Amino acid sequence: MIRVARRYVPILTTLALVVATFVAGSLAYPNFASAGVVRNLLVDNAFLAVAAVGATFVILSGAIDLSVGSVMAFTSILIARLIEHHAVHPLAAIALSLLAGAVFGLAQGLIIDLFKLPPFLVTLAGMFFARGAAFLIHPQSIGIKHPFVANVLNDQLSLRLPFGERGVSIPITVDIAIVTIALAAVVLRSTRFGRSVHAVGDDESSALLMGLNIRATRLGVFTLSGLCSALAGIVFTLYQQSGDPAACKGFELDAIAAVVIGGTLLRGGIGSVLGTALGVLLLGLIQTIITFQGDLSSWWTRIAVGLLVLAFVALQGQLSKRDE
Amino acid sequence: MTSFLRPRPALTSLAWPLAALALLVLFNLLFTPGFFNIELRDARLFGTPIDILNHASKVAIVAVGMTLVIATGGVDLSVGAVVAIAGAIAAMLATRTQAPFPLVVLAALAAGGVAGLCNGVLVTRLRLQPIVATLVLMVAGRGVAQLITDGLIITFEHRELSSLANTSFALLPIPAWIAIALALATGLLTRRTAAGMFLEAVGDNDRACRYAGVNDRAIKLAAYAFCGGCAGLAGLVECSYIKAADANNAGLFLELDVILAVVIGGTSLSGGRFSISGSLAGAVLIQTLTKTMYMHDVSADVAPLPKAIAVLAVCVLQSPVVKDRVSAAFSRGRP
Amino acid sequence: MPRGNVVDDLVSEPSPLLRVSALSKRYGRVAALDAVDLDVSRASIHALMGENGAGKSTLIKCLTGAVSRDSGRFQLDGRDLDPTSPRDAEGAGISTVFQEINLIPHMSIAENITLGRESFRAGLIDRKAARRRAEGAIARLGLSIDVSREVSSCSIAIQQLVAIARALDVQARLLILDEPTSSLDRTETARLFETLRRLRDAGLAVLFVTHFLDQVYAVADQITVLRDAKHVATRATSAFPRLELVSAMLGRAILPSSTSVNAGPEQQSPSLATKPSTNPSQAVSSPSGSPPFTDGSSAAPPPESRPEPSPRPTRDLLSLRAVSLAGSIEHADLSIAPGEAVGLAGLLGSGRTELAKVIFGLDRADSGSMSLDGQPYSPRSPRDAIARGVALTPENRKADGIVPSLSVRENILLALQARLGVWRSLSTRRRRDIAADLIAKLGVKAASADAPIASLSGGNQQKALLARWLATDPKLLILDEPTRGIDVGAKQAIERLIASLISGGLGVLFISSELPEIVRTCTRACVLRDRRTVAEVAGPSLTEERVMEAIATHD
Repeated sequence: MIRVARRYVPILTTLALVVATFVAGSLAYPNFASAGVVRNLLVDNAFLAVAAVGATFVILSGAIDLSVGSVMAFTSILIARLIEHHAVHPLAAIALSLLAGAVFGLAQGLIIDLFKLPPFLVTLAGMFFARGAAFLIHPQSIGIKHPFVANVLNDQLSLRLPFGERGVSIPITVDIAIVTIALAAVVLRSTRFGRSVHAVGDDESSALLMGLNIRATRLGVFTLSGLCSALAGIVFTLYQQSGDPAACKGFELDAIAAVVIGGTLLRGGIGSVLGTALGVLLLGLIQTIITFQGDLSSWWTRIAVGLLVLAFVALQGQLSKRDE
Repeated sequence: MTSFLRPRPALTSLAWPLAALALLVLFNLLFTPGFFNIELRDARLFGTPIDILNHASKVAIVAVGMTLVIATGGVDLSVGAVVAIAGAIAAMLATRTQAPFPLVVLAALAAGGVAGLCNGVLVTRLRLQPIVATLVLMVAGRGVAQLITDGLIITFEHRELSSLANTSFALLPIPAWIAIALALATGLLTRRTAAGMFLEAVGDNDRACRYAGVNDRAIKLAAYAFCGGCAGLAGLVECSYIKAADANNAGLFLELDVILAVVIGGTSLSGGRFSISGSLAGAVLIQTLTKTMYMHDVSADVAPLPKAIAVLAVCVLQSPVVKDRVSAAFSRGRP
Repeated sequence: MPRGNVVDDLVSEPSPLLRVSALSKRYGRVAALDAVDLDVSRASIHALMGENGAGKSTLIKCLTGAVSRDSGRFQLDGRDLDPTSPRDAEGAGISTVFQEINLIPHMSIAENITLGRESFRAGLIDRKAARRRAEGAIARLGLSIDVSREVSSCSIAIQQLVAIARALDVQARLLILDEPTSSLDRTETARLFETLRRLRDAGLAVLFVTHFLDQVYAVADQITVLRDAKHVATRATSAFPRLELVSAMLGRAILPSSTSVNAGPEQQSPSLATKPSTNPSQAVSSPSGSPPFTDGSSAAPPPESRPEPSPRPTRDLLSLRAVSLAGSIEHADLSIAPGEAVGLAGLLGSGRTELAKVIFGLDRADSGSMSLDGQPYSPRSPRDAIARGVALTPENRKADGIVPSLSVRENILLALQARLGVWRSLSTRRRRDIAADLIAKLGVKAASADAPIASLSGGNQQKALLARWLATDPKLLILDEPTRGIDVGAKQAIERLIASLISGGLGVLFISSELPEIVRTCTRACVLRDRRTVAEVAGPSLTEERVMEAIATHD
């Protein structure tokens, strides 16, 4: 029983840290514990959550995907260009960009699998590729003024909750993030693909000899990661109301950080989407506190995130050492 | 130099990047007017090839250190951030203090070395995977650089510091000489001592090395520290080149170019055999490719796209899968 | 005793369940399987035997689709079979438990048993059904374990049994077990055999790969022997006497005791070598063709005689007093004199390797004392140990011994160079000379000293590792299972080498699970049981029986 509990130590630590950070923020700043702050926490981190879900799958399978940020930028400029310059309906543009993301992810997976190249190298090239392609679509950012985006997606589909004096509206982006997390959790836990992802990440050669389809799993993981990156790009575009080829530089690092802080082993095999969601919340809370503090410069966020990642990988290192 | 740095595998590992480089040069010869125009002004050569050498030196300097880290089976993702830190420290010392130039240089190198040492400690003591260990500094390092410069771009008019990357010696720009000297010195250091063998052995099987009495941790630690030092040197060159320290953009994505240079140069990411001359060739290849694209009106923003394709093509050609197929085809061809 | 490709007696059955015909597979220039035929009949346990490198594992891998064959034909129940993956083979009714335990460490037993065969409810995995199914599969083996336990928290033996439970959980018609008993103790093995017999009686065919003779005679109905990638013989177990089986496997003169691996007293091995008249030349010279290691005038001892117990020197080279390490060693006393080979015997897990690790500085003892050359000795790392003249060839040659892509020469020089340090590099010429000298002395067979050591056979790799230590001129050499997984010729060469080393004054600690080897090589043996040194057998009383008694005695 103690051993079973041990694998939950990282995620419980994250949960405790989320609670502690929130309590500390509430105690330190008068307006911290408000519906508005929580709303912003969710809204500002919705695209990180979606991207991190994709990263969770990849990392659980023992690989890594460095193309996340570039694919997000590519998606965002693709949607903006299609809607604003080619009069494509936003829904069609969104569907097309999801398809593009999935195909891109699948292509990366195929190259990794066919030529037995390290994922980190191929997705590094993928990161270059998608970034260049984003600028090829349009070199500057494009604001999206299509009425459907402004009225339907960003307004009518928002959820109004009766908190505070004026109520709180939760935009569709947050719903997308929550649904993505929930779906991913079910897939990982209760589908054959989800089990295979765990198995491949934990011990690939065993998984092969146990009759799992390693290739299909790996291709599935990278396709899913491309899809999640594209979805994160869509959420980001809705959030920003514009497409920008220069957006989200280095965003993959935030996604990976959220996954690691959420208790997923970077070596693969152990982890959960729920943990990742908590990791995203923790990163968001740190950002919020630094904003509240005012006199702390924004680069402290990066340092804090770096230290958190360090603390978590060290914790997992200790746990797995005791395992041996 | 080739035969001296790496007697046997050098030829095979150098073959690919040199062949690719030759193709690129041929392309430029045919389709890029003025590519090979070199002129002599003020005892200094100007022209595209010189530009390439100048810019490739930064990648090459870091690639020398990275080669050793990759040989141990590791990788250092933090070099870009370390370049920013070293540049920030050099610029601050040059503008805010009266520190003599050698001290500025020493401080930048030391900063890089300490950063590398931190990576090494995480890898050898905490037993973190190298990607993870150096990811930490990659994320946090730029924050540290901004902390040093207080988030500002520090420009300077320091005579020695700004002339470091903007003057020539014996026709070539100083950074190119620095890169060549560093590669030579490292080649000597690793091949004339047992360091090269230990690095390759540790990268190949560190457990076996421990059983044979090799101090594998010290070897790895030294490799990371050396790589950090190289990044510090590159940071110095970079801030000298633009006469400013920009914590946000100095060395941004440099780690990618550097790792690609090393891999193209024939050093396997899984560790073991390494080739410093190969990494140099890789660095020149990457820079030539970049320059070629600029000269064909590919914008700096779009340039990553064809670069990614080229790099992937080289990696695919070097992949064991393709190599096996090729050698199988050859052996079938023979009776 | 080459019999060619004759399938002897038992081909009476009309159609076998599995028929393998003319199966061939090459790795580069080396043939791993050369036109091998094999028939496995229904409701039988069929043992597949052979020395290392005979082709057993390759056959299994081809059969399960883990490796693609070059040519040949598989028929299962008369129908052609062409598996492309283990999953494919499983679908056709061939379930396999591979030698290395293949389970997902951080999943529960239930998840491991049902992985890839989950049953679904409403489109999602039905966890309760998985649990029930796993419990059933475990119960079928006569075990009761909590199936929600994580596999990595179970002992190796339990993991082995879980893997077997998984293999039996599908409707298998043929169960392949590749060395399934290597990590099981006697009762676990007995229980497994009982299960196998029951399954056989229910109609299952079992292909059982092993190198334990006793087990074959205990459980197999038929035996197939492979040698050097070729099929040698297939016969009913009852018609295959021990001696003939061994000679079929070895295909050369049988050393007296090499037939009695694990042999109990009632199964005494023949005391005379049988020399097949067909092949007299091999019986005379060293079989593998590698020259034995000779040091000056000291000739290699004939296999029958063991080194004379020289009068024990007064001073010990190494002595251990009440050494203990939590979880590994409870109480160990040991002494080794210069020029003495001391065997360390005991079952797997008795603390043999653990003790070697403490002496070599890989682990630190919690209590007790060690002395080396009369000086206190407590190494904190292998480097400390090496500096004091202690050397160790590890049990796991691949993981802890060789540096695969480095050349043979570099591998040989590694320890010496490590001792000299980074800066005092040997000259190219010195390196060449030292390596060439040792390669010649030990008879390391390599294409060249520049060839990667991974390209060598296991036996030659082991010789190169011995060369690595001889280059450093150690005082004490610890050999942990030095002959595991290497061919008989290399085994003999290594035994001769040890003999000549001790005559040169080296102290040797020889760890082996093959008692005949200890008896042949050592003048004294220390027996470990349950992490304690329980007995010391020396001089004339050093026999397999005495050592086995000490291992088996219960207090």
